[in-house]
Amino acid sequence: MTKLSAISNTAAPTPDALTDFPRHAPATDIPFQLLAPDGTAPNPDALPDPQIRLSLYRHMRRIRHFDERGWVLYRTGRLGVFPPFKGMEGSQVGTAAALTSDDWLFPTYRDTGAALTLGLPIARTLAYWRTSPHGWHMPEHLKVLPFYIPIATQYPHAVGAALAEQRKGTKNVAMAYIGDGGSSEGDFHEALNFAGALNAPCIFILQNNGWAISVPTRTQTRAVNLARRADGYGIPGVRVDGNDVLATYQVTAEAVARARAGQGPTLIETVTYRIAAHTVADDPTRYRTDADTAGWAEKDPITRLRVHLLAEGILTEDSDAALLKEIAEEFEAALNEADTYPEPEPAEILDHVFAEPTPQLVAQRAEILREVGE
Amino acid sequence: MTATQTPPTASTTRTMVAAINDALAIALERDPTTYLFGEDVGVMGGVFRASDGLQARFGTDRVFDTPLAEASIVGMGIGMGLAGLRPIAEIQFAGFMYPALDQILSHLGRYRHRTRSRYSLPMVIRAPYGGGVHTPEQHADSPEAILAHVPGVKVVIPSTPTDAKGLLLAAIEDPDPVFFLEAIKLYRSNKESVPDGHYTVPLGKARIVTEGSDVTVVTYGGMVEVSVKAAEAARAHGIGVEVIDLRTLVPMDLETVLNSVAKTGRAVVVTEAPRTGGFHSEISANIAEHAIDSLRAPILRVTGYDAPYPPFTAIEDVYRPNAVRVARAIRTVMGY
Repeated sequence: MTKLSAISNTAAPTPDALTDFPRHAPATDIPFQLLAPDGTAPNPDALPDPQIRLSLYRHMRRIRHFDERGWVLYRTGRLGVFPPFKGMEGSQVGTAAALTSDDWLFPTYRDTGAALTLGLPIARTLAYWRTSPHGWHMPEHLKVLPFYIPIATQYPHAVGAALAEQRKGTKNVAMAYIGDGGSSEGDFHEALNFAGALNAPCIFILQNNGWAISVPTRTQTRAVNLARRADGYGIPGVRVDGNDVLATYQVTAEAVARARAGQGPTLIETVTYRIAAHTVADDPTRYRTDADTAGWAEKDPITRLRVHLLAEGILTEDSDAALLKEIAEEFEAALNEADTYPEPEPAEILDHVFAEPTPQLVAQRAEILREVGE
Repeated sequence: MTATQTPPTASTTRTMVAAINDALAIALERDPTTYLFGEDVGVMGGVFRASDGLQARFGTDRVFDTPLAEASIVGMGIGMGLAGLRPIAEIQFAGFMYPALDQILSHLGRYRHRTRSRYSLPMVIRAPYGGGVHTPEQHADSPEAILAHVPGVKVVIPSTPTDAKGLLLAAIEDPDPVFFLEAIKLYRSNKESVPDGHYTVPLGKARIVTEGSDVTVVTYGGMVEVSVKAAEAARAHGIGVEVIDLRTLVPMDLETVLNSVAKTGRAVVVTEAPRTGGFHSEISANIAEHAIDSLRAPILRVTGYDAPYPPFTAIEDVYRPNAVRVARAIRTVMGY
């Protein structure tokens, strides 16, 4: 499997530069942006290194490929129902890329892209969305939790993991994702308050993608700037253009650096859009029109960065084609690997309940084996 | 799991809450990854003083007060456990646990399972439960059946100071999540000589409190002393009652229960929880399923009623089973 170049945190600001955080994103309702939708950069000096820009682009292309192939695999019966994230690559890559493999990632079901960015193997990820236990085997070298299905419950977990790292004396942080809908849940608010009160090194990502299944954000809440909710808990909140991967990365790297330096949690609202359906089995025409979605295709995070990279000579048509080929090959190899995972045995449903099975579980295992005639 | 190899030599007279405090201190002392947190557990030492003196001794990193939010006390504890610590969360009263039920039902028992043992959750959630001390509304609930119904979660309910200490240390050392419910009525009502130092009482082993050959009474927690009183009254009438203190609901020591019922042929199950769907029903179903051939009488349940626990001092004892009600059930099954 080809290794995509990792992103280092060397570009992150030093702790002493963090006192006036957020340096790049003043507290305004206008999302912070480095790259305009047309791919121009009004302030070229503020951009991350070319190396990082290219790496962010590769990651976005890689997860877009997963999403696009996912639809095809679903329609041909080779993948179960999964929630697509097309259009949100800037938000997912820009945030997850600011972490290292020593940090914690608490993804929701829509954050397949973020998990892949941090290093969750494609084959395991496919297995997860195929409802195979092989998708539940989390790699030992990562601290990525399985995708959260309940809404908002991951936020307090991230606070706990972050606090544990702090108590253990590491510089590791925890990052948790949520949507605009999830931010209505009590756990979201409790976690922000806990993290602030306990100074937990936690980065809260609120991906405002416009929709909670069929409910638009304007129905979800009267608030427009969801980052401002941080004020209520005494922690910094930043609003960033989630379709601008450079701005998202910059802000997140800064928040990560603050957390590592013992300066506590940050809430980052990435303003983005769920271009596709809630899941591949959902029909969005029942609740939204093309007018709702108008304009978002032009803000596509990948096209935006591609235009910029080509103009800067960081990417060429040839190197782009080579990259796509490499990504496709990596995906197909992973798909083949996922195809080799055997189906689970019936009695496996009783595996991994306790470290030692209780007498009740032992009896129930025998019962299952009798039922299936073994 | 086995008991500690070196049996403690000395012992001290302790109430149950003091024994719990001792167990917490020993756990915090022995294992630096152990953390204790909750509402009012630090500076104040807990509303019942279960964590009295522990913050002063172990510092504000290890023993700390949290904001007032049960869902996050449990949720944050889950995160700490995933990250390799041994969190001990206190919920101030079992009846205040309900905001955390999402975390409990959605997550607590699932981590080993949903990560194929990549992560386990060695977490303990302690909560005072039950009635008998005229607490205000909401403070006397017995939600153990809700908790026992959650796969992947163990439920422990001690009834003596010595058991409380040994079971709590076993719960803290257990690799999986454990609920540890402490009967408020028993916190200070009886003292006994409790061994000093570290020892454990294994989870999943019931205790035969009184031996008898006519009726088996299965109970736990705050109802053990009530059942023993009823057994003493029955003995005066020549009826031999075997009182079994289950100690842990999950895992349940069914073997001890069935051996006793095989001998007596009669079973009475006693809890102070509401009647419908209580853990008493689970115990009864197991006896019916596995010991029908030994039964000479129907299995009777002596329980609370299907109404919220009443905060009415004058009539609280009507709701919470007493020795008279248990003794009546014993006489009834003897009539068959």
